[in-house]
Amino acid sequence: MIGVIDYGAGNIGNVMRALAALKMPAEVLKKPKDERKPLSLLILPGVGSFPAAYRHLKEAGWTDFLKEYRDAGGAILGICLGMQMLCEGSFEEGYTPGLGFIPGEVVRLEAKPWPHIGWNELRWRKDRAAEFDAKPFEGADVYFVHGYCLLESQACIATTKLGEKSFVSAVKWGPIMGFQFHPERSGKLGLALFKSAVLSLKGGKGK
Amino acid sequence: MLKKRVIPCLDVKDGCVVKGVRFQNLRQLDEPGSLAEKYMEEGADELVFLDISASSERRTTQMEWVRAVADRIFIPFTVGGGIDSVKTAKEIISLGADKISLNTRALEDPNLIRECALLLGNQAVVLAVDAKMTGEGRWEAYAGGGTVPTGRNAIEWIEEGCSLGAGEVLLTSIDRDGTDSGYDLKLIEAARNAVSVPIIASGGAGKLQHFVEALKAGADAVLAASVFHFGIYNIAEAKDALAEAGFPIRRTW
Repeated sequence: MIGVIDYGAGNIGNVMRALAALKMPAEVLKKPKDERKPLSLLILPGVGSFPAAYRHLKEAGWTDFLKEYRDAGGAILGICLGMQMLCEGSFEEGYTPGLGFIPGEVVRLEAKPWPHIGWNELRWRKDRAAEFDAKPFEGADVYFVHGYCLLESQACIATTKLGEKSFVSAVKWGPIMGFQFHPERSGKLGLALFKSAVLSLKGGKGK
Repeated sequence: MLKKRVIPCLDVKDGCVVKGVRFQNLRQLDEPGSLAEKYMEEGADELVFLDISASSERRTTQMEWVRAVADRIFIPFTVGGGIDSVKTAKEIISLGADKISLNTRALEDPNLIRECALLLGNQAVVLAVDAKMTGEGRWEAYAGGGTVPTGRNAIEWIEEGCSLGAGEVLLTSIDRDGTDSGYDLKLIEAARNAVSVPIIASGGAGKLQHFVEALKAGADAVLAASVFHFGIYNIAEAKDALAEAGFPIRRTW
């Protein structure tokens, strides 16, 4: 089962709608310890500022749960701020440590216009093509809404340019994946990319 | 590269999409969800819904259609009209809208902009300004769907709204709205020089060249209603014209 984490600081409605449109059964998870079917994938959405969102996540008991789940080899997909919280930490409003599942630290995107809002294109890294089959999504325009980002990471599989500045728009690190953009708001192409990512994380066969 | 956006605007009255000339003589068209889906399929980059009956009738936006739209489209959309509290704004976002737009109520109580931005983030707060020319290089902000003069200088109001936390400006020329005579380019230029947030040009689009002119004047996005609703141009034709003029445009979806 796909679980979508609801820790009170994510707009999960549109993620659930996208999964429904893709005919991928998913459940909203309000508490880490609720009884449920075995998880095939956890989706971590997020909007707002890093410190506030991470505090919500921690207070609801999700950070400990996610660490156990990760250690057991569980697959996670982070979206926007959800992806940032998977990283080592963020310099948004001071410094807040993150989950540390993805190498790299989140910094302010020093480019104009700021924040980065709108459609921008994905450039997939050829040297990491084995991580994710991105061929159908080469040069795809997807929807971004963020002011902070990873500038570099060993886990980087795609980059995007704002002005002259290039930043990390997608990461993959073992069974952990993250999108800085919103696949659920990126039209049909975004939905196809979302589906492809979910299927690859669940084992590549849509189990 | 960040793309320039083409945005169909759907004016909603009593749950139905309508279109008039200079805010008058409204014609009923279709239900919001169907039109929204059609525009998404055609490649619209974003949608704006304005409940034009809301403020003047002093009621909050009717919510049902917002959810219906969110259920059918997977591109960002903004909802405006009659948003009179942070509570209403949050409710609209939680129904699936990506942004809310403030106009009349923000003119009455500018602090509403700050409160919404603090709770929802600047990126979710659009300041909608209906501007009417009062002289060379001067515009007045109007409230109540373009019916109530406020005595406020529109450009000064835009500066104030952005300093309070609005992350985008939806700038409508009342003089040009529904006239097909082109956007008010001087108004766009004046707003562009005043603030650095994205500006959505609105009011007056009739020819493809008008879209190009608005971007050249400094707009980040072009909004239109009649030319799209009445099938004079489709989204693809608008985008082709912009691409031909050298602007970065989203071509696949």
